[in-house]
Amino acid sequence: MAQIAVHDLVKRFGDFVAVRDLTLAVNDGEFFCLLGPSGCGKTTTLRMIAGLELPTSGTIRLGADDVTFRRASARDIAFVFQLFALYPHMNVRANIGFPLKCDGLPRAEIQRRVEETARILRITHLLGKPVSGLASGDRQRVALGRAIVRQPKAFLMDEPLGALDAEFRHVMCGELRALHDRLRATTVYVTHDQLEAMSMADKIAVMNDGVVEQLGAPQEIYDRPASLFVADFIGSPPMNFISVRAELRCGDDVISIDGAEVKVPALREDPPGPDLVLGVRPEHVSLRDEAAFRGIVFGVEYLGTTQIVTVTTERGAVKARLPSARTVRAGDQVGLEFRPEKLSLFAATTGRAIRSTLHEAAGGGHG
Amino acid sequence: MAEVVLDRVAKRFGAVVAVADLSLRIGDGELIVLLGPTGAGKTTTLRLVAGLESPDAGTVSIDGREVTADAPAARDVAFVFQQYSLYPHLTVYDNLAFPLRAPSRRVPDAKLDQRVREVARLLRIEDKLGNRATQLSGGQMQRVAIGRALVRRPAIFLMDEPLSSLDAKLRADLRIELKHIQEDLGATILYVTHDQVEAMTLATRIGVINRGHLVQVGTPREIYENPVDSYVATRLGTPGINLVPRSLFPGVAAPAAAVTIGARTEHVRIRRGAGDAAAGTVTWIEHLGDQNHLHVALIEGELLTLGDPDAGLVVGDRVGIEFTQPLFFDENGRRVER
Repeated sequence: MAQIAVHDLVKRFGDFVAVRDLTLAVNDGEFFCLLGPSGCGKTTTLRMIAGLELPTSGTIRLGADDVTFRRASARDIAFVFQLFALYPHMNVRANIGFPLKCDGLPRAEIQRRVEETARILRITHLLGKPVSGLASGDRQRVALGRAIVRQPKAFLMDEPLGALDAEFRHVMCGELRALHDRLRATTVYVTHDQLEAMSMADKIAVMNDGVVEQLGAPQEIYDRPASLFVADFIGSPPMNFISVRAELRCGDDVISIDGAEVKVPALREDPPGPDLVLGVRPEHVSLRDEAAFRGIVFGVEYLGTTQIVTVTTERGAVKARLPSARTVRAGDQVGLEFRPEKLSLFAATTGRAIRSTLHEAAGGGHG
Repeated sequence: MAEVVLDRVAKRFGAVVAVADLSLRIGDGELIVLLGPTGAGKTTTLRLVAGLESPDAGTVSIDGREVTADAPAARDVAFVFQQYSLYPHLTVYDNLAFPLRAPSRRVPDAKLDQRVREVARLLRIEDKLGNRATQLSGGQMQRVAIGRALVRRPAIFLMDEPLSSLDAKLRADLRIELKHIQEDLGATILYVTHDQVEAMTLATRIGVINRGHLVQVGTPREIYENPVDSYVATRLGTPGINLVPRSLFPGVAAPAAAVTIGARTEHVRIRRGAGDAAAGTVTWIEHLGDQNHLHVALIEGELLTLGDPDAGLVVGDRVGIEFTQPLFFDENGRRVER
C-alpha cells in the first residue's frame, strides 16, 4: 500500500480548465473522498491518478515513484467504476479471477486469492453462480472483488454506489468502510453525495470549479466550513445564510441584524468589507419568544426524531431542526436564537470564511 | 374540492393481486400519501380513483357520488405524473391554459387568463409564462405540470411521485411549496410515493401499503410512534428502527409473546464499559456533522444509535445498552402491548 501525492496538477480540455493547480496528499491506508458537484473536476482528478488521463502539467507520485506519465497498467492501482462492469458470460469466480488470469498467475494461486477475496467480501456462497442473476448489491461486491483480488497499492473508486437506491447505498457505505478497516488500503473515492463522504471518509477534499475549496476531516469541514460553497454543499438541510451589512473589526463578537444583536465567535481578523454572510446550521437554531430576530413559520416538516421548521424572515428563509416534541404551526410568529459559538461568518465578496474563535475550538485545524 | 371514498376495492392482473380489499376515505382538504415500495399497489390505487383502471370489486365515490363505472373525464380528477409530459411546442402560458380550452370545458377567455396567472403566481413561474416549455429547468417544468392540474380546480388531485425526477435540493424546495399551496387552496390530494421523507413531511395522513393491502392509516406522528407491525415500523424513520431479538435483552420487561424489540435510534441509551448481558461493541462511528451514528455489534445482529459528537466513544469500546421506549413485536411481526 502507498501514499499518493498530487502536486500542482492542471488539466485543460481545449479552453476549459477542468482541474487547476491541485495539490493534495493521501496518506498510506487513508480513505480519502473527492467530493463535489458534477463538473467540478473530481472524476478528472481520479482519472489522472489512475493514468486514464494525462495531466497538462503537474506531478503524481505513488509511494516513491513518479507515475505522472506512466501507463495505467503500470501503476498498480485498481479502479472501481460506477457501473458494474462484469463479464456476463462468466460466473462470479471467473469474474473475480480474471485480472489474475490476465497477469498469467498459476491456477492454484488464482484459486487461493479468489477464495480469500470472496471470504473478505462474504460472497463465498456465490462463487459458482452466473453474474447475470445477481442482485445489484452482490454485483457491486463482485466488482469490488475484482479490484481487491489484485492486491493493488491503492483503490480508486468513481461513484461506485451511484446506481443504488438511498437505503441500500447506506448499507453499502457501511460495508465499504468495514472492508477498508480490514484491508487498510489507500483509497480515493469520488462522489457527489455528501452523506457518503461524511459517513466513510477519513479526509474529504471538497472540490468546485477545478479547485479544492477545503481539505479536512468530515467533522472539521462540517463545523468550520472554509467557504460559502462548502457550507452550502455539506449538510442537509444546508446551512442557513443571512446577508448582513456591518462594519466589524478584529475582536468584535456581536453583529446587528436589522437592530437585533446576535452574538458570534470573536473575529480574529478584519473582514475585507462590510458585506457579510452569517452562516447558521439548522440544528443551531432554536425558537425563543423573547429573541429579537423574528419571523413567521412558513412550513413544518415532521421527520420523526426531529422536525424541520422553515421560518420566513426579513432576511430570507431560515430552517431550524428542532425536537419533534415541540409544537409549531405554520403562521406562528417566532423569535430565532442561534448558538453563538457555532456560527460562521463569511465575506460576501470572496465567499471565504472570516477567521474567528470558531477556528480555535476543540479539534483545531485551519479553515 | 371534495371527499373521496374507496370502499373495499380490489384489482388483480391475471394471478397478481395488485390491490386487495382496500378501503380509504380521503377527507375534503386532506393530503393523503400512499407509501410503499415498488409493486405495493399504490399506483394501481391511484389509477382506480382516476378511472384509468376499473376495479374487480368495490366502489369509488367522489363527493358523495359513485363513479366506479364513469369514464376518467367524467370524474373531475387531475393527474400529475412523475414525468412532466408538457407540450414542448407550446409556451408555459398555453400549457397551463390547455386543460381549460378543452371543448368540454370552454372557459371564457377572461376567466382563463385570470386562472392561469393566479396559478403561475402561486408556483412562482409568472416570469416564465412566455417561455417555451422546453426552455425550462426540471424544477420549473414540474411546476408547470403541477400548475396544469391546479388550474382546473378538480375534485381531487392524483399525484404519482411528482417530485422523484428532481434533484434532492429542488425536491425539498418543491415539497414545502406544494404543502403550502395545498393548505392555501384547501386541495384534496391523493399522493403516491416510495420516499418516506416525502410522506412524513407532506401528508395529513399516511396510508402504508404493502402487497396490495393498506396496513395502517394515520398521521405521520401516529405511524412513527405507534406502528401496528414491524413492517410499518421499518418504513418510517431515518436511520431505520432497530429490530433486535428479545432474547438478547432478558432484563427488558416485555410481554410474553414478544419475540423482537423495536427501538428507534433516539430511544437507545448506551453507557461505556458495561459488563452485563445487554452489551455490545462499537464497530463504526459515522460523523454526519449534526450527529454521530454509532454502530454497535451485538452477539446477534447490530444496533444503531445516535451519539453526541463530543461523547468520546471510539471503535472497540464495550457499551451497555438500554431502551427508553421499546416497542414489542410477536413472531409474525404484529405489535404486542406490554
